[in-house]
Amino acid sequence: MTPALQGLLTIIIGVSGCVGYFYLSNQFLDKVLFPPRGPNAGRNINRANMIRPWLFLFPALAALGLYLAYPVVETLRLSLTERVPGGGYRWVGLDNYTQMAAEPKFWEAMRNNMFWLIVVPAMSTAFGLLVAQLTDRIRWGNFAKSLIFMPMAISFVGASVIWKLVYDARPAEQDQIGILNALYIFFGGTEPQTWLTVPFWNSFFLMIVLVWIQTGFAMVILSAALRGIPEETVEAAILDGANPFQIFFRIKVPQIKTTILVVWTTITITVLKVFDIVFAMTNGQWETQVLANYMYDKLFRANDWGVGSASAMVIMLLVTPILVWNVRNARKEME
Amino acid sequence: MSELKLTDVAKSYGPVDILKHIDLDIDKGELIVFVGPSGCGKSTLLRMIAGLEKITGGTLEIEGQVMNDVPPAQRGIAMVFQSYALYPHMTVRENMAFALKIAKMPAAEIDSAVERAAQILQLDPYLDRLPKALSGGQRQRVAIGRAIVRDPKVYLFDEPLSNLDAALRVATRIEIARLKEAMPDSTMIYVTHDQVEAMTLASRIVVLANKGIAQVGTPLELYEAPDNEFVAQFIGSPAMNLLPGKISKTGEQTSVTLDAGGTAVSSIPTNPEQMGLQVNIGVRPEDFFADDASGFFEGNVDFIEALGEVTLLYFASRADAEGIVAKFPGVERNLRGQNIKLNADPSKVHLFHNGLSLRQRS
Repeated sequence: MTPALQGLLTIIIGVSGCVGYFYLSNQFLDKVLFPPRGPNAGRNINRANMIRPWLFLFPALAALGLYLAYPVVETLRLSLTERVPGGGYRWVGLDNYTQMAAEPKFWEAMRNNMFWLIVVPAMSTAFGLLVAQLTDRIRWGNFAKSLIFMPMAISFVGASVIWKLVYDARPAEQDQIGILNALYIFFGGTEPQTWLTVPFWNSFFLMIVLVWIQTGFAMVILSAALRGIPEETVEAAILDGANPFQIFFRIKVPQIKTTILVVWTTITITVLKVFDIVFAMTNGQWETQVLANYMYDKLFRANDWGVGSASAMVIMLLVTPILVWNVRNARKEME
Repeated sequence: MSELKLTDVAKSYGPVDILKHIDLDIDKGELIVFVGPSGCGKSTLLRMIAGLEKITGGTLEIEGQVMNDVPPAQRGIAMVFQSYALYPHMTVRENMAFALKIAKMPAAEIDSAVERAAQILQLDPYLDRLPKALSGGQRQRVAIGRAIVRDPKVYLFDEPLSNLDAALRVATRIEIARLKEAMPDSTMIYVTHDQVEAMTLASRIVVLANKGIAQVGTPLELYEAPDNEFVAQFIGSPAMNLLPGKISKTGEQTSVTLDAGGTAVSSIPTNPEQMGLQVNIGVRPEDFFADDASGFFEGNVDFIEALGEVTLLYFASRADAEGIVAKFPGVERNLRGQNIKLNADPSKVHLFHNGLSLRQRS
């Protein structure tokens, strides 16, 4: 059987299985378990209605439990154990964490992650807001927006490949195919630079890739929010004598504050999990390590499941509070 | 000198004319009301005065200074929006102080201006609340307060009461009338589609129709001596009745033989050369009375609406007398289905030829 046919078959079986589950379980509830007839018809209807939501939620809850909740517990367990040569494991308490805390590479990753955490959400949100505002009133605004949104459709690895070409360096006697070096030479630089090996700044060059991707996301959400601002408040501000900057910062931005927060925190969560870009461009060399790539190094390169799981737990602990805050803000926005 | 002067003002979007040939002089201290059917451009005209819409022809002067290209904030105007347009993230105090802060006024002056406006509008207890914690009427007062603190030469109101419920609308209308009395020197322009607001508030009403001004005058002038059929039918409710006929006697008083039969007499004088002219006579429903002996219009009452203080009689439509309505005082339940002869005092009978009144303006 060709893979395409296999795929199609899987989809058909999966979808009809879902439909069958919802249909049959609902039938079972209404016809067999609590039939709306007989002396207890009213009570049965109420009971069936109390059970129905859980019935429909069950597949999603089960899948989330299996693929999200269980791995958390398992990772926690692994982070407290150590592989014994020749098979099996043994409990080592917090040894993995202390070992990790003693590694300079871990602190480098932590430091870089914090740096990412500040720069990427701030720049993406700021650029997104700027683009949303600037493209709001012009005829080719929608075209500009589509262009800026397009990177969202590219995978992180694909984006990394593109940007690796931007930062590419060729020997001095050849033509530079990396635009950054080409510009650098054009404006009087003597030696082409291998940008991704310049510590500190190379982290920044990696962040640009994510900013490039996330600006489109921020722009779309913020643009919708800006459109939602009542036009009269802007006109009132014009009559009150506010200039365009004052209107933007004192009338518009405060009115979409919660949306800005949601965008900011959503990007923050993406940033904390960033892996692909670092993996594909520098693999954490030249002081660009981040937590997710550090975890991958430990788990799959060093085969050290203990320390790998411990770093995974650290990432989770960092993401969780922001996630909670994000959900709260999103709810507040919906009110 | 006039406070605000419009000379041949026009507005067009490309080839589409919205307004043209608008000439209007507004004196200091007047409350001018723009009325007109929806889409007649009354809000557009207001927004042009405010500076929110570009004036595409003619000139706008405020205190003698041409304002066409002056930014809105420097025109000495303040506007109250239909939707209030309060800044939702600012407290009442901040909302009112915003314009003054932008103008970099000293904090002490801002405070006193806000306090004064709050006192006039009884907003003191709410100064530190956000707009969302206020009722519709209170929000409207904040919007007015925001205009007052700027101490403008001209206040612009864009249908300020249309978002309020009926009872509150009446109360706020009276409040605005009081406010106007308390500030006799301030000029106000008020846009509404509500006749009652126009009649009660205005020192002069501007009726807009067909891209221009149909008539300007005091409320009672418009009611008693409309220049044209449009104004005649727009002011007053139910609308003025129109009956076609031909002039059959000219002189001090004019007689018109109606197509529906009968001869009506109007106190509007006519010249002999107007003999035989095709005209419409106009009679307000409330000016009709039953007169079996000498009534000039006879019709069958098709439907009645008893409102308690008055009864509206709807007459069966005919080709020569469409949609005639009479308003009789008191309750008249048993007139339905009956034939009634109507008469009106000659001074209450208007004459229109080609839509324009034959009354000579003095």
